[in-house]
Amino acid sequence: MVMTSALPLPLKIQHLSVSRQGKLLLDSVNATIESTGITIILGPNGAGKSLLLRIAHGLERPDAGSLRWDQHIPKPEESWRTFVFQKPIFLQRSVLANLEYVLSLHKVVKIRKNLLIQQALQHTGLVKLSAQSARILSGGEQQRLNIARAWVLEPKVMLLDEPTAELDPSGVATIERLIKKIAQQNTKIIMTTHSLDQAKRLAHDILFLHQGRLIEHTPAKVYFAQPQTSLAEDFLAGKLLD
Amino acid sequence: MNQYLANAIAVATLCILLTSVQADKSPFITLSSTTSTENSGLLDYLIPKFRERTGIDVRVVSVGTGRALKLGEMGDTDLILVHHKPSEEEFMSKGFGIQRREVMYNDFIVAGPSEDPVNIRGERSIARVLSLIHEHKMPFVSRGDESGTHKKEMELWALAGVDAQRYSGEWYHETGAGMGTTLNIANGMSAYVLTDRGTWLSFKNRDGLALLFENDPPLHNQYSIVQINPDRHPHIKYTEAELFINWLTSGEGQQTIADFTLNGQQLFFPNALPQ
Amino acid sequence: MNDFSQAFLKAIQLILNLDPNLIEIVALSLRVSLTAVLIASLIGLPLGAALALYKFFGRGLLVAILNTFMGLPPVVVGLVVYLILSRSGPLGALGLLFTPTAMVIAQVCLITPIIAALTRQTILDANNEFHAQLRALGAKSLSMMNTLLWETRYSLVTNVFAGFGRAIAEVGAVLIVGGNINHNTRVMTTSIALETSKGNIELALALGMILITLSLIVTSAVMSARHAAYNVYS
Repeated sequence: MVMTSALPLPLKIQHLSVSRQGKLLLDSVNATIESTGITIILGPNGAGKSLLLRIAHGLERPDAGSLRWDQHIPKPEESWRTFVFQKPIFLQRSVLANLEYVLSLHKVVKIRKNLLIQQALQHTGLVKLSAQSARILSGGEQQRLNIARAWVLEPKVMLLDEPTAELDPSGVATIERLIKKIAQQNTKIIMTTHSLDQAKRLAHDILFLHQGRLIEHTPAKVYFAQPQTSLAEDFLAGKLLD
Repeated sequence: MNQYLANAIAVATLCILLTSVQADKSPFITLSSTTSTENSGLLDYLIPKFRERTGIDVRVVSVGTGRALKLGEMGDTDLILVHHKPSEEEFMSKGFGIQRREVMYNDFIVAGPSEDPVNIRGERSIARVLSLIHEHKMPFVSRGDESGTHKKEMELWALAGVDAQRYSGEWYHETGAGMGTTLNIANGMSAYVLTDRGTWLSFKNRDGLALLFENDPPLHNQYSIVQINPDRHPHIKYTEAELFINWLTSGEGQQTIADFTLNGQQLFFPNALPQ
Repeated sequence: MNDFSQAFLKAIQLILNLDPNLIEIVALSLRVSLTAVLIASLIGLPLGAALALYKFFGRGLLVAILNTFMGLPPVVVGLVVYLILSRSGPLGALGLLFTPTAMVIAQVCLITPIIAALTRQTILDANNEFHAQLRALGAKSLSMMNTLLWETRYSLVTNVFAGFGRAIAEVGAVLIVGGNINHNTRVMTTSIALETSKGNIELALALGMILITLSLIVTSAVMSARHAAYNVYS
């Protein structure tokens, strides 16, 4: 825990390359992500969005180049930054115990634990479900718990990997509301999506990835109004990219 | 916290179990005996009387004579009660034992299918009996385990001039097991078998087996007790073991052996020489 | 099959009479095997988990050894433990031969590989499911291992009782290191062997039935406890 008060931003990505089994998955990506608002990593399936996000949390290592949070190489055990999977795995315990588990991992003291858990439950509307087994929640409830689990640590940065990909429209709306609320409380959000509509609704700035390359990094307004590249233009037009 | 609680419970249970398994500290000696003396119930009859007298318990590990001697050699028993004189004398001459006393005797008998196909019932000598079995290739079951009974059996075959082991797997079958198991097998195979009288009388699963031949001098079965040499194994309980030998060969011990009966029949005959 | 019905009656009779010898033998069987299972679990569970989660030099060899040792013949274990605990052996000075402790040691040797190997597989499977998520939540390797052990506790209980089943049923090892001493180291299986060799087939069979019933009771008690616990959160 290097930073306590100041945000560990900007996130600087320099010449970041990753290949797996001979395939180049990220190809010399350069970007600087600033501390404000919601950053969306957008692109078709297989663009390398999730991989980039995983590297940002320290879950994977790049083969070349670097990714630094204000000079600092990420490790997953840092509590100022949390990660939300598309498909969460919960412990076979109650909703409450799943939240408590995260706080225990980060050695939060008991009194503070209870406070944080109650906050997270309230924010995500899970108070009534707190004693239920996490494994029998509905899809929408599970994703709320997934967010709560990332939120309970009061992180400065939250990384979300396609958090709504498996949800129905009302579930999507709920999760998007939550994400906006988190962002308003000064938590930096970086999330991946392949949904143009979602990007339109949430994004302040957009990193558009295609086949492992960063095609453009622009404010959302610019991206949607006047895309700088033909690839982005085609993606916006719903054309198949090759 | 659940994990720690579970761990704590596990450790606590462990402690309780471990302490409860610990052996009690009352004095005891270990005696390796042949299966015949243990299975007949003789030792269960003798030991409480010795304990009453001295407060010393005798823990009996019953194995064949061969293994009993080995246990003695390795210092894993204080006393051995066995029945094969040549082996015992070799044991003593190697310095493994410090004293050897003859205690009691009974005898060996030949049992077999009650129809007795080659009619050994009428024979006069064990040598003739074994020759008949050999001539007619009648199934014969041997311990084959280097026990006292097995060694005795080998001596008897030599007496009859038959190298029985040559026929192993044909009509001669080696079980490599204790007397009881061997009798079970003889019963199952309707085979002839040499057994000590004590095991025979106390054996329950006789079915089609009958006592067919007995009372020939070579069938004498002498039991001796050997005390292990404490010079080789300093932890050996010399004093207590000596107490047991002295009691067993005393008038009282000898009378107790004579008093032991099964179904009204005396199984062992005391013959210790006064010291 | 008259033997079976007679043995069955004999078994019932022994139980109803609360035969003191029988109770002593049953109690020792349970004490020895449960202690062995407890110790084997304390070794086998973390060992299995470590083999599943940590890479270290010689791990492959250790796994191969464990898998081989799952099927160790009890007599061989008994013989090796005998030679170690014998007065002439390296640990002879402890004077443990022909005591219940020696029997516990032999059974621990026999079932630790079983518990460890099964645990390794259980944890390996759980790790495939949980690893990325727990890592992302910030779990480091030690807390990861603890979490996986706890999350798979119901499967692990089954593994542990596979070990218990083997311990309570084996005769070869306890006979050699225990000596089947009456009132001291005589357990169910050695009694059965003894009664068989005495030709008391009926009594031996009756004891066999009681042993099976005992295993059944212990196993079903654990299974129903497991079931009850499982229902709370699943």
